[in-house]
Amino acid sequence: MKELIKLEHITKNFGNLRVLDDFSLTVHENEFITLLGPSGCGKTTILRILGGFETADEGKIFFEEKDITDLPANKRNLNTVFQKYALFPHMNVKANIAFGLKINGKSQKYIDDKVDYALNLVNLKGFENRSIDKLSGGQQQRIAMARAIVNEPKVLLLDEPLGALDLKLRQEMQYELIRLKKELGITFIYVTHDQEEALTMSDKVIVINDGYIQQMGTPEEIYNEPENAFVADFIGDSNIIGGTMIKDRLVKINGHEFPCIDEGFGNNKLVDVVIRPEDVIVRERGAGKINGTVLTRVFIGVHYEMLIKSEENEYEWLVQCYEKYDIGEKVSLDVIPSNIQIMNKPTSSDEEAIDLDI
Amino acid sequence: MKKSLKFIYIGIVALFLYLPIIALVVLSFNESKSMAVFSGFSLKWYEEMFSNRMIMQAVINTFTIAITASITATIIGTLAAVGIDGMKSKQQNLVLGFNNIPLLNADIVTGIALLLTFLMFGISLNWGTVYLAHVTFCIPYVILSVRPRVNKSTNTLYEAALDLGASRTYAFVKVVLPELRPGILAGFLLAFTMSVDDFVITHFTRGAGINTISTLIYSQVKVGIRPSLFALSTIIFVMVLIILLLVNFLSKRGKEKVIY
Amino acid sequence: MTSKKALATPFMIWIVAGTIIPIGAIAYYGLTDRNDRFTLENVLAIGNSVHLQALWLSVLLALISTVICFLIAYPLAIIMKNSNFGKRGFMIFLFILPMWMNFLLRTMAWQVLLEKNGVINGMLEAIGLPGQEIINTLSAIVLGMVYDFLPFMILPIYNVISKIDDSIIEAAYDLGASTSEVITQIYLPLSVPGIVSGVNMVFIPSLTTFVISNMLGGGKINLIGNIIEQEFTVSSNWNLGSGLSLVMMLFIVVSMIFLERFDKTGEDSFI
Repeated sequence: MKELIKLEHITKNFGNLRVLDDFSLTVHENEFITLLGPSGCGKTTILRILGGFETADEGKIFFEEKDITDLPANKRNLNTVFQKYALFPHMNVKANIAFGLKINGKSQKYIDDKVDYALNLVNLKGFENRSIDKLSGGQQQRIAMARAIVNEPKVLLLDEPLGALDLKLRQEMQYELIRLKKELGITFIYVTHDQEEALTMSDKVIVINDGYIQQMGTPEEIYNEPENAFVADFIGDSNIIGGTMIKDRLVKINGHEFPCIDEGFGNNKLVDVVIRPEDVIVRERGAGKINGTVLTRVFIGVHYEMLIKSEENEYEWLVQCYEKYDIGEKVSLDVIPSNIQIMNKPTSSDEEAIDLDI
Repeated sequence: MKKSLKFIYIGIVALFLYLPIIALVVLSFNESKSMAVFSGFSLKWYEEMFSNRMIMQAVINTFTIAITASITATIIGTLAAVGIDGMKSKQQNLVLGFNNIPLLNADIVTGIALLLTFLMFGISLNWGTVYLAHVTFCIPYVILSVRPRVNKSTNTLYEAALDLGASRTYAFVKVVLPELRPGILAGFLLAFTMSVDDFVITHFTRGAGINTISTLIYSQVKVGIRPSLFALSTIIFVMVLIILLLVNFLSKRGKEKVIY
Repeated sequence: MTSKKALATPFMIWIVAGTIIPIGAIAYYGLTDRNDRFTLENVLAIGNSVHLQALWLSVLLALISTVICFLIAYPLAIIMKNSNFGKRGFMIFLFILPMWMNFLLRTMAWQVLLEKNGVINGMLEAIGLPGQEIINTLSAIVLGMVYDFLPFMILPIYNVISKIDDSIIEAAYDLGASTSEVITQIYLPLSVPGIVSGVNMVFIPSLTTFVISNMLGGGKINLIGNIIEQEFTVSSNWNLGSGLSLVMMLFIVVSMIFLERFDKTGEDSFI
């Protein structure tokens, strides 16, 4: 895939606050790339620097190998879908979509066709003359998309576009976005704090915290092999436990040795171990390695979610399973080797997860 | 480049707005009567101002009228704002339409209209007619400030208080009024400034010999301005500045209190 | 509910006595002669060449002042919106403060500045330039109107512009609009309600003033306000004064209706 955008060593401060620190990123053609992180992590700032609404204090931006660092927003060949849609309230649907085309001096015929095409694409045929305030949130969202894509940008920047929608609509729109991306064949750069959105839609997820990239990879890589405790904790629920890597493929947790599949951490090294709640196997007392007592149990639809307190060291395991265990019941826990994810202990505070229950 | 252009623009507009005021302040300390040359620092115009009985009387009139008229207007306007809320919407629109007339109408028309009314009913022009005229144009400002605060929650609170056995008066004073307080205060301040600032309506409704600061300046301008008026301007400007800073500061603190 | 309505009673009385009857009084005096007989003479007296010229001059000067106020205030409002938050509060304070100063004092200040032996000529002479005669001209009156009423244009326009979501402006740039296109296609149409109230709040007082023309025009230039004022204070011809006032009210109403049509949203505040 061809390189489309390169951010090189971007630094940005707001007053005394450093939002981005030496941030570099390469985006390829036709990628669906998601910047994922908690609020205040710098992800929106990256998008705004790309869009031309903020200028980086240091660093360069290249678009198709041309330096666009100092190019103003209205000269960049990319379009943004804003968080709160930012539709022009004094224009109807058609005028909103046609805005960019008119500015660029396109013919009326071209504009009509393009607006038709865009409304079709977002499933809002026949809405041309509606006024903006008569539209639902989901419809406004689609118009904002249509308004951006009629200009045929090479890249679409999306700033938490689904944040204001309710859950069901959000899930629908996720499929819509994937479909749109396929039909248009352009690059999407998507910003969200919602890990589910990121995992569902993206080709590549970039987890950001404190202005640094924590991990970059496919959704599967990010979920299954988090590189540090922050990523593990941010992407879905996790049990993050301190452990000792005895040697390659053998780790000691809660005083019990577990075979695993990780290598290269050294011998007798302190590590963090990530185990997803759905990967913890609950057995009858004696049939697993770690003994514990069920503390709480909630039915959350498909399965039960439980907190199980380890008898050896008081650690509370978050567990999801299909069988029902009673509160106070004594059980044993086990994990299969491929579900144990070993991470180095955080070396800097930047990587430290917010609350590690060790 | 662009930023400095903006800065220059703001500077020019600010200069335009403040140059006359600065000129008055500087001239008020001028030793000579000249309006062109600053010949030395002196406080004599301040002395002259304070010993000038006409100016002092005008200042007293301005503030007694402003205080009494704005208090009256605040009481009538606050009661009205609550009362209007109890009307049907058609009636509301009609009443509010009439309320807007003094706001939208030219001062000269309001002044003349009141003058004619006083004369028609044989009321001779004096301090009282100025007071009545000021109450008339102050009420709309109070209603405008208080009405947005009279909403569903004050209604519910009022009814809840009645339900809990409070008398109507008690419910109004103890429950509704505190809710409306910021609006009432804003309305009072607005009415007060409008009254202090008014010239045109006072001009038509005042009796002979009754001057406010505004009418005094107007008559002085015809015979020739004395620098004691610059001293008065300076004092008024400083007072306005202090009051506005104080109100700003207090309202900011008030907001914090609401949050905590 | 009925008892609640009763709270408005003093106000209702005041509306009748302070608004309805006085306007009725103007209409009565305007449409009768000294002997209380019905006549249209006082209203038609606007056709008198002196009156007509004064009215024409008032409309012209009011229009010029309104346009100048708009041209100064609009860029200022946009600059204020785009400045950062702490500075913004200070700037609003800066531009509103003169509004709280007594209107007569502010007008008097310009007289002092423009006077033949006044501050500006003093400065000009100090640097060796010839003195200018601005006082007692139409320009001096326009200057006074712009100075006195500028804050009334800034405030409503700024109020509306400051509420325009930043992302809407960014969206327009994002779609390729230049700064001038953003101003004409986004800012202007979205700030119509503010412009309408600003224009109203500058045009009507300018149209009806007699103070500014008197103080800065040296009593030689008559606007319609001066004519009406003199009928009451000098000539004591209340009927004629009232008749001309009726004509002036007509102009106010017409200009308001005219402006209202621009403002489709209609219900925005005029304060």
